[in-house]
Amino acid sequence: MLDDRYSLAFRLYPYARSTEQDGDAPARHPVVVLGGGPVGIATALDLGLQGVPVVVLDDHEGVGQGSRAICFAKRTLEICDRLGAGAEMLEAGVVWNLGKVFHAERKVFEFNLLPEAGHRFPAFINLQQPHFERLLVERVRAAQAAGAPIEIRGRNRVDAVDVHEDHVLLDVMTPEGPYRIAADWVIGADGAGSPLRKRMGLDFEGRVFKDSFLIADIRMNAEFPTERWFWFEPPFKSSGASCLLHKQPEGIWRVDFQIGWDVDREEELKEENIRARLDAMLGADVDYEIVWSSIYTFQCRRMKRFRHGRVLFAGDAAHQVSPFGARGANSGIQDADNLGWKLGLVVQGKAPERLLDTYCAERCHGADENILNSTRSTDFITPKSAVSHLFRNAVLDLARDHAFARPFVNSGRLSVPCVYDDGPLNGPDALPGGPARTRPGAPCPDAPVGEGYLLGRLDGGFTLLTLDEDGPDQVEADGIVASRLALSAADDPSGALAERYLGEAGAAVYLIRPDQHVAARWAAFDAGAVETALRHACGKE
Amino acid sequence: MPLTLDPNIADADRFYADLLAAQDGLSEAESHAFNARLVLILANHVGDHETLRQALDAAARADDGAGSV
Repeated sequence: MLDDRYSLAFRLYPYARSTEQDGDAPARHPVVVLGGGPVGIATALDLGLQGVPVVVLDDHEGVGQGSRAICFAKRTLEICDRLGAGAEMLEAGVVWNLGKVFHAERKVFEFNLLPEAGHRFPAFINLQQPHFERLLVERVRAAQAAGAPIEIRGRNRVDAVDVHEDHVLLDVMTPEGPYRIAADWVIGADGAGSPLRKRMGLDFEGRVFKDSFLIADIRMNAEFPTERWFWFEPPFKSSGASCLLHKQPEGIWRVDFQIGWDVDREEELKEENIRARLDAMLGADVDYEIVWSSIYTFQCRRMKRFRHGRVLFAGDAAHQVSPFGARGANSGIQDADNLGWKLGLVVQGKAPERLLDTYCAERCHGADENILNSTRSTDFITPKSAVSHLFRNAVLDLARDHAFARPFVNSGRLSVPCVYDDGPLNGPDALPGGPARTRPGAPCPDAPVGEGYLLGRLDGGFTLLTLDEDGPDQVEADGIVASRLALSAADDPSGALAERYLGEAGAAVYLIRPDQHVAARWAAFDAGAVETALRHACGKE
Repeated sequence: MPLTLDPNIADADRFYADLLAAQDGLSEAESHAFNARLVLILANHVGDHETLRQALDAAARADDGAGSV
């Protein structure tokens, strides 16, 4: 009745009977999240830390086996840090900067992500998804202990949804039989195959890519450096059309072979056949153990809208991309980041429901950018015609000797957060000479401030950042407060703060959203202008 | 910078001969690869997105049957 679809890496939320299972009428909750994956847990954590009661339903009792996502981007770490789990992620992960690109036997070139100085977090860490999820759930446990109203119910499978204008009824199955709960709002974070999306009969259109990839996570004691190695047309026997080798924590390596469309999955997944490919790649004398393997195919697609009345979709349930560029889990965490504060304000009656339509507008924009980038990567990695193959190899041939051709080489454009240009919540960009990277809609870049970093000084609500400019301790509009963070260019002797937030300007005032995106900016403080922008950023005018 | 479609190579005959000579002895596949590299090198030299866009359009138009004979 409630069979596991996968085996667990960590049993983090064993089934426990809820008193609601004994009630006559369904209990009503402000927010119910479907799916205890990284996106569902991050969203629940965000809401719970705001004091908004939230229940997470998952049909398993913990985190599934298999590393799946491995590359977590700086923005994801910053979001996790805002939620209180960033340091733990960084500690657990492997930091890498160097990538090497090969074409057959030859090295084409290497790149260094050259992380810009003055950020708390690196450009990327590699970390197995189960560890990422475990750390988020551990953070939920700590938040619960401190009073955050979050509940995770394991082995609670939603079997039916009944969507009404102002609430949603859910039929939930447990090992002890069914019960019903009601929710003012439902978040569908139930993955690419989203049962919720299917039950509601919603579209999920996009492009299918006719290719499959064999992934193996292996444990070995070989001295490969902590680098990303990518081969186009790899020289080792039956390694497919491309191949990736990437380091994970605990001596684990991810190997990814592109093996074509017409493959016998069962045959390819036999250990001896995986070993044959690995032996050809690593050399017969390298000793290793296969920890996990899988064959995946992918599509690039998204739902037309992420909000359907009282139901909001996030992460893979709402959009899917190719794995090239690490834009899956990273974009899902950005969804959670965007949705958390908005739903929090709406549930608390501080903002109108239409604020949630801006979640759809902003994150559809993000999904489109991710799909565009990952589709382009896919077209480069797996050329679809003789001519595209010709040009792809022409680029690789030129890139060895000529720097100009290297920007064309596309083995994945690594995830960076999108800027909500022309976003519905953006206010004025009234800072002449201000840097483009901190324009309204942009995520705030980190910068050193005193002994710490800027992003760590943002407190989770709206912030009025003043740089060498006067202002009140707080600005309030309709019960929503923006607290002042008063800084000076002198707070960062390295000059990064001034370069990133002042540019040519001598002083600046920024209104920063709870998700650390810039709402508006000015050259001088003006109470009326800030109040108007604050109302606008909450969907009010 | 608008795309120049007026004569711009001083000795057109010489360049044309060079272009063909460069492909002497190449198989058809090698020749295609050579031309692909050449396109990329020249495109990078032009650089400007709008100019390249106009070049792509001009190349496409020349094949629409109107003036290609």
